[in-house]
Parts: sequence; structure tokens; C-alpha cells
Amino acid sequence: MSFYAFIGALEQGLVYGLMVLGVYLTFRILDFPDLTVDGSLPLGAAVSSVCIGAGMDPYLSLVPATLAGFCAGAVTGLLNTRLKILHLLASILTMIALYSINIRIMGRPNFTLLGKSTVLDSLTAFGLPSSMAGTCLFAAFTVSAALALIWFTRTELGQAMLATGDNPRMITALGVNTGNMIVLGVGLSNALVALCGALVAQNQGAADVNMGVGTIVAGLASVIIGETLLGQGRISRMIIAAVLGSVAYRLAIALALGVKLGEFSFSPSDLNLITAFIVVAALTAPRLKRKMAR
Amino acid sequence: MLTLKNITKRFHKGSVNEVLALNDVNLDIRQGDFIAVIGSNGAGKSTTLNCIAGGFFPDQGSITLDGADITAWPEYKRARFIGRVFQDPLMGSAASLTIEENMALADRRGKPRGLSLGVKSKDRARYRELLSQIGLGLEDRLKDKVGLLSGGQRQSLTMIMATMVRPEILLLDEHTAALDPKTAAQVLELTQRIVDTHKLTTLMVTHNMNHALRQGNRLIMMHQGSVFLDIEGEQKERFSVEDLLERFYTLKGEEFSSDKMLLV
Ligand SMILES: Nc1ncnc2c1ncn2[C@@H]1O[C@H](COP(=O)(O)OP(=O)(O)OP(=O)(O)O)[C@@H](O)[C@H]1O
Ligand SMILES: [Mg+2]
Repeated sequence: MSFYAFIGALEQGLVYGLMVLGVYLTFRILDFPDLTVDGSLPLGAAVSSVCIGAGMDPYLSLVPATLAGFCAGAVTGLLNTRLKILHLLASILTMIALYSINIRIMGRPNFTLLGKSTVLDSLTAFGLPSSMAGTCLFAAFTVSAALALIWFTRTELGQAMLATGDNPRMITALGVNTGNMIVLGVGLSNALVALCGALVAQNQGAADVNMGVGTIVAGLASVIIGETLLGQGRISRMIIAAVLGSVAYRLAIALALGVKLGEFSFSPSDLNLITAFIVVAALTAPRLKRKMAR
Repeated sequence: MLTLKNITKRFHKGSVNEVLALNDVNLDIRQGDFIAVIGSNGAGKSTTLNCIAGGFFPDQGSITLDGADITAWPEYKRARFIGRVFQDPLMGSAASLTIEENMALADRRGKPRGLSLGVKSKDRARYRELLSQIGLGLEDRLKDKVGLLSGGQRQSLTMIMATMVRPEILLLDEHTAALDPKTAAQVLELTQRIVDTHKLTTLMVTHNMNHALRQGNRLIMMHQGSVFLDIEGEQKERFSVEDLLERFYTLKGEEFSSDKMLLV
């Protein structure tokens, strides 16, 4: 792998780390399989891009993008807890609704940021090479988000959320409205995912309604790879594992795309197949390790 | 203090599986009562406790607490005045959280939860003190995950957690049934100690007639969703296991013979 391919994968791993944190929050902490993310990633991208297009400061545009993501997640949570729709189905409903909403927001299926200033310009202005700017900025975002999430899981509210995912009957008996916890948790998760989408769009120079396809699979793959690398442990360790998993996942993808066997090489459209293989490998690795040890 | 009035509850209403789980239950629980609840399988004991806790809403009837109608209150809201220990030792605590984290969660039962630290260092000494009462050495394992504990340890912890914030009423549903006899006796002894210390109003479901007669000031027997026997004080003291069994078999329409004592 070339140095540039490596930096590129690192950058991707870090920016998508935000999304992976969101997926970790729903899947692992709340035990709520949430597919809203495939729609809330482009939602964040669309909101941020349109705001920038309208002349808003690129950093400031992250705020409405994040809030929009929170609302999308909250809708899924409300569909599930108030209207009693199965969680998986509730999230799929929000996801497909978001497809239409995202096109409404942009006025068309995509929105280019060509010639607009983005969050990356603030760093390149300092003389940082553009190849490094993304990596540094996204590292700052993702590490801060991971630290904030670790702090949150230690608060009274965060602890109640952990217990909601672990033992809802027990925490209800201790006076917590688990429905509210789910709405809040799924909302926070999608806020992170939308923030990720906004940064990705600014990095790519465009938002596209289809940019979210496969987000959930990539997120899950990253969470599982992280768990395989760091093993089980305290929540803080697992949150760090999720970010590392995200980077490892993007590196693995870059490696696979670089493989050449004579005439044959992978194309980006093979990504989903490769991801499926990576998830299978990551899921079976612990068992293989145990077998080898015997 | 807590009154159930004409409570009726059917499950699977309108289907072939319809069960009349509670049939016009009336119960007046007074401050300081320790009521043992007995009855055969399916008599409606758990359903009664669940009804008080708010696990479901009754089809008919009302529940009042100190004169206030709480029939429509959801479970999490009633938790403010209820402490619960379930039959399943895994039910009362979160396995992936540590002992101190579980205790901190219980310490805020019925109080708002915000963004301050869940486990506060100033509370640790109190947690340790509470745990040392049960004599299982848990006070030195505050940072161990609850999933590592045995059933008896977990049930004892749940007992402590249910009473950290003094409940108006304590609901115990066969909370020693899943434990071996020795551990069960310990947990029962702990229960009695906690109830006495805090003078708690308690409802305890049990299948052990000896326990039911020995503990508490009052005893009710349920059958087919109704309360058939409600005795207290001296009247209860005069009752023997044999008397209870006789009542029990009369209810079931079976002849009572002392052979059946062997089944106890
Ligand atoms: N959630 C529910 N859905 C359907 N039926 C239920 C439900 N809860 C209880 N029942 C039924 O209501 C009746 C009373 O059950 P309950 O659990 O209260 O009995 P119990 O007295 O606690 O018995 P046990 O000693 O076996 O615990 C039973 O016929 C039971 O099948
Ligand atoms: Mg029962």
C-alpha cells in the first residue's frame, strides 16, 4: 500500500469513526438494531451542504446537521416506543422516509460544494498539506466524540441508558422510563452519524442522496473488528475499540482494493462483498484463535 | 395505605386462551403490614404483585395509595414508592455493570437522573457498609461486574438495592425460590432484618407454608385469581401448616388427608 493510500484509509477510518460510535451506541449499548443510519448519514451531509451553499460558516453548518440527525433517530425511537413498531422495521421506515426528505432538502439528488469553503480550509490555511489536514481534523472530532461518549456512559443518565440495554425490567423497577432512554439514545447515535455525514460531504466536496448505502454494514463490521482486536472489557475500552475498528476496517478495504492477481483486481463495487468477508473473518477469528491454542 | 379495589384482569382477552388471572381482588394493605401470600401455581400471586407495581393495567377496579388514585400510573412512575425483588436472581441487577454502578442506579430510584457522575466517591463508604451487612464479602468487590456473582449473592444485592431508597412498599415474589436451602435461609433472614430495621410494608409471595406462617403479621391465600383467606395477628398465630393445607384442599374440592402433609 502506498503512503497516500495509507493516509487516505486512516482519514476515512477516523471520519467514519463518528458513525461507528453511533452504531456502537445503538447496537451494543442499547441493544437496538438501528438502520436509520443509512438515511441519517446523507441527511447530515445534505443539511450541512445546503447550509454552506446558503453562505453559512462550514463549522456552524455542523450544528443543524447534527440536530437533524438527532431528530431522525428520535423519530425511529418514537415509532418503536410509542407506536410499538418493531425496532428494525421502525428504523427502516425512517430510513426510506429520509431518502425523500434528503432530496427535498437538497432540491435534487446531490449537492456540490465546488468553490465553497469547508472545515478543511481552516487547516490548510495554516500551511498543513491537504493530505494531512483531513486526518488531523477528523482525528480531533472522533477522539473528542469518543471521550464525550465515555464521559456520558459514566453519568447518572448514561448509566440508566446502559441498564436499559442490559436489563430493561430492572431499570424500570428503579424508576427509569426506558422508552425515553431509547429515544434519547437512538437520537444521540444518529446525531453522531449525521455529523459524520456532514464532514464526509465537506471532505468529498459534495453530498449525495445515495452516499449512505451500506453505512450500517460498514459500521457493524468496524464494531466487530474493534472487538476482535481489543477483546471484551469495560465500556471505555469498547468505545476506543470501536474507533480503532473503524480505522482497521478502512485499512483492510484499502489493502483488498490494492490486491492484484495477474489480470484480476478488485473494483470499488466489490466493496460490499469484501465487507461481508471481513465481517465473517472477524466473527470467526476468536473461535479460530481458541482452536489454535488447544 | 395501599388499597386494591375490585381488581379484575384477563389475559388474552377474547381468544381461546383467555385466562381470568385476577377475579375481583380486594386487598387493603396497611402501613407496616408484612403479608405472606400463598396459593397454588397460577393462583394469581405474581399477577397481584405485578398489578401493584404497574406491569399492566387492570381491566376493572382501582388502586389507591394514601388516598390517591394511581391506577393509571405507569410502572416507572410507581417505582418511586415500590421496592421489588423478583424470583429470577438475574432479573434484579444489570450483569454488565459493576456492583457499585448497580447500587448507584438503585440509589436514585424515583429521583431525576442528570449529567453528574453515576457512582460518586462520597457514596462508596455507604455502599460498602450496606454490603458488609450481608456478610458475603461483596463489600470488597465494588468494581466487580454483577454478572460474576452467584445467584444467592445477586439476590442479596437486589434485596439491598430494593431498599436503599426506603420504599413505601416492598414486593417480594418468591425471591428465595431459585436458591439452595442454605442460601435461601440467609436471604430470608436478611429480608426479615431489613424489613424490621426500616419498618417496611411488605408483600412476600412464597410456596413455603412454614415461612408464610413464621414471617409477617398477616397471611393471604389466593386461589383462581381471588383472595380466599386473609388472616392476621393472633388468628394467624393459631394457624398451623395443617390448618392451611386443609383450607387449601377444601378450596380445590379435594379430601384432605394427613398423607398430603408429605407433599409439603
Ligand atoms: N403476561 C401474561 N400473559 C398471559 N397470561 C398470564 C400472564 N401473566 C399471568 N398469566 C396467567 O395468569 C394466571 C395467574 O398467573 P400468576 O403468575 O399470577 O400465578 P402465580 O400465583 O404467581 O403462580 P406461580 O406460583 O406458579 O408463580 C395464570 O393462569 C397465568 O398463566
Ligand atoms: Mg408467580
